[in-house]
Amino acid sequence: MSSRENILKEVAKNQPADRALPIIDIAVSTGLDEWIPILKQRLETLHVTIHEVADYDAIKAILKETAIPQERTVTTIEELSTVSTFIDAVKEDAHSLENVDLAIIPAHFGVAENGAMWVTDSLVQYRVLPFITQQLVIVVRRESIVYNMHQAYEKIAGTNYDFGVFIAGPSKTADIEQSLVIGAHGPKGLTLFILG
Amino acid sequence: MRVALFVPCYVDQFYPSIAIATLELLEKFGCTVTYPAKQTCCGQPMANSGYEHEGDSCSKLFTENFAGFDYIVCPSGSCAHHIKHHLHTEKDKPEGEHIKKTVYELCEFLTDVLKVTSLKARFPHKVGMHQSCHGQRGMHLSQMSELTAEPFSKPGQLLDMVEGVEQIKLDRIDECCGFGGTFCVFEEAVSAKMGKDRVADHIRNGAEYITGADMSCLMHLEGILKRQNSKTKVIHIAEILNNYES
Amino acid sequence: MHSTITNHADAALDFNVDEARVNWHDKTLWFIREKRDLVSHAIPEWEQLRDYASSIKNNVLSNLSQYLKEFEANAKANGAIIHWAADAKEHNAIIHEILKKHNIDRMVKSKSMLTEECGLNEYLEANGVEVIDTDLGERIVQLAKEPPSHIVLPCIHKKKEEIGELFHQFLGTEKGASDPQYLTGVARKHLRETFLTRRAALTGVNFAIAETGEFVVSTNEGNADMGAHLADVHIASMGIEKILPKQKHLGVFLRLLARSATGQPITTYSSHFKKPQPNQELHIILVDNGRSVHLGKEDFRNSLKCIRCAACMNTCPVYRRSGGYSYHNAVAGPIGSILAPNFDMRKNKDLPFASTLCGSCSNVCPVKIDIHDQLYKWRQVLMKEGYGAPAKNASMKMMGWVLSSPKIYDISGKAARIVLKYAPFIVSNKLNPWYKQREMPAPPKESFKEWYKKNRK
Repeated sequence: MSSRENILKEVAKNQPADRALPIIDIAVSTGLDEWIPILKQRLETLHVTIHEVADYDAIKAILKETAIPQERTVTTIEELSTVSTFIDAVKEDAHSLENVDLAIIPAHFGVAENGAMWVTDSLVQYRVLPFITQQLVIVVRRESIVYNMHQAYEKIAGTNYDFGVFIAGPSKTADIEQSLVIGAHGPKGLTLFILG
Repeated sequence: MRVALFVPCYVDQFYPSIAIATLELLEKFGCTVTYPAKQTCCGQPMANSGYEHEGDSCSKLFTENFAGFDYIVCPSGSCAHHIKHHLHTEKDKPEGEHIKKTVYELCEFLTDVLKVTSLKARFPHKVGMHQSCHGQRGMHLSQMSELTAEPFSKPGQLLDMVEGVEQIKLDRIDECCGFGGTFCVFEEAVSAKMGKDRVADHIRNGAEYITGADMSCLMHLEGILKRQNSKTKVIHIAEILNNYES
Repeated sequence: MHSTITNHADAALDFNVDEARVNWHDKTLWFIREKRDLVSHAIPEWEQLRDYASSIKNNVLSNLSQYLKEFEANAKANGAIIHWAADAKEHNAIIHEILKKHNIDRMVKSKSMLTEECGLNEYLEANGVEVIDTDLGERIVQLAKEPPSHIVLPCIHKKKEEIGELFHQFLGTEKGASDPQYLTGVARKHLRETFLTRRAALTGVNFAIAETGEFVVSTNEGNADMGAHLADVHIASMGIEKILPKQKHLGVFLRLLARSATGQPITTYSSHFKKPQPNQELHIILVDNGRSVHLGKEDFRNSLKCIRCAACMNTCPVYRRSGGYSYHNAVAGPIGSILAPNFDMRKNKDLPFASTLCGSCSNVCPVKIDIHDQLYKWRQVLMKEGYGAPAKNASMKMMGWVLSSPKIYDISGKAARIVLKYAPFIVSNKLNPWYKQREMPAPPKESFKEWYKKNRK
């Protein structure tokens, strides 16, 4: 018998009688106007720079002023193709992104309770892009913000993605004596535009 | 109300004044207290060492001694916890089940059964409360710092009724002292270190006395305090609640 | 530095030789416990979430064979290649085969306690494959040729000066440099080059979803993603207990995991791997290694609910003062002490006794494993199975301490006679560990029993 059959047989033999799944019911009584301040507060503790903007022109203006003089910037947002190199498909080896200084990507939505932004491969083309870039900029629509992770998975349910990731802040580590260091292997900084 | 006094073996041998204070307190609140004279040990030291199976005779003896009372009261959360959760009972005998349901640690008996709201006691000192784990996490005498829940403390509530007591705040409100039964000798290094750290927390925050509902933990802390020639003393909560001195 | 003592009490004694270091270790971990309290207490439904997580995991264990098949079918449909490993040996051999097939002799690996359990690094190195651990803490202990001492914070036992010295030796940093920011920057550069040149990446698995065939990996550093997305071959190793039934259950577990582990509201990255990238191979290895047998033990199966957050270690007053190595297993602390005896009772007979049974571990556990009750039950099993020596010594010592007062002879009854049978072994109080750092209580003039006879009857 193969290991597969052996393991499944042994597990079936030893697993206890069925225990029911719980019905998850966490009520959220507040709304978007309450969630945005919570999100902003959360992002501050995560060392994220936040801008609330009305439109893409405002984003462009801020980017030009603060972040754009980088050697290599790329974006997967067509509206920002005038300030950054637009990527609309995978055309070369992902390793070629190693010298990206700044990547500007959209998120499907954000979560107020933990500052996490939901990003899938269709939004970034290259899965490694939000990790390999030195600086990351995420654009999220204000009305897409949810409060908690239960609502987040309600939004994700039934959507199609091959790879998805919640990103909550720049990469970090506290492995050396619990001292927080921003910029472990992924981006050293994260800027979030809340649009709308 | 017929109450049986359950005195832990080490209290009987080393700290009789705690048992006396417990007895007097219960009598003061109108209980008819009996001390079953043939009682020995609840069997916890053996059970915690993995020899629960050898404690059957302890359980049998305990059941014989303590059958037929309305309540059993013990000035130790740990011993009461052992009886409540680990007393071996024979299925056809309801006495054991009755014992498990009616065994109380002293503080919870005072607050929950006798519903004591005032005490005639005075103890004008700064007191640090040591939360013994079996009493706290096992018997829920106090809320546990790990949980997201409303705080409460049955021993603390009683201390508040004592004139002159000033309860100090600790840096770690319910960290284990490291006594742990046989742990205190088998894991001597960690046990003593835990005890030293607990004592230091109380001293740092100004305790003249460390009190609690379990003398076993306090005995361990007392051993450390005495070795350090500290001025800080330990005192079982029953002795504070039964204290009149000015 | 790394102790090879395989008895907890002896290793703990060794660790306690340097009291200042014990204080530092204790404070560092207590700081994380405090952060955990702060974030969990801010969530009113925290205890309800723990109930949900516990119930979901109970459901998983009670339907595990069905969920494993469901996960396998969905993961296959997603394009993953599924392997089943009965034990550590088979797990390691499967990985070696995959690498051989691709002519790969260098691999990056993000954190996976399972590969520690299986001794994968040693196995691959013996077979000529270089493995570089990419989690910073793991890379540090790897350079020091030590195992992790903590499952979330692998080098929590190391001071920054010691890490600085290691980096000076291996990565050419300035002598004496110990600033965490500087050292992390050097490691970032060193590991970036590694990520860009390795064709195979191994990751662990935090959660695998039966319903969708996807799995989730949580990191703060981004190392799992840097490895996996840049490699031709992604291998994910998971214990068979890592399954969750539905995607929506991630909502419960991702709320609990990081808050319990480090006091963060969520890890920086929670990556959901569903399908391999074009031209990439995705292998998932489902590992038993004793888990199916463990599942059959009614009193102990509950520990298979563990999500490896390490909250029980951070809160454990013993772990904080004895260090991870004193548990001589890949998973240390309270959870390690109830997992390890399932693998080998003889080697791990000391661990269920490395606890005061204070119960703090069970209270912080996000999936409500009855850790301290299992420690108590393991003690009973170990003594019944005849692994009694250390505990017998302990009770003997304890009884001896009680019996060092002649008053005990006044105690009558059958129970006391059981106690008494240990008495002859006690020769001298000076040998009693109690006296090393503690005084004895002063004996009173009479016992309560004697007082009662005089005063109440």
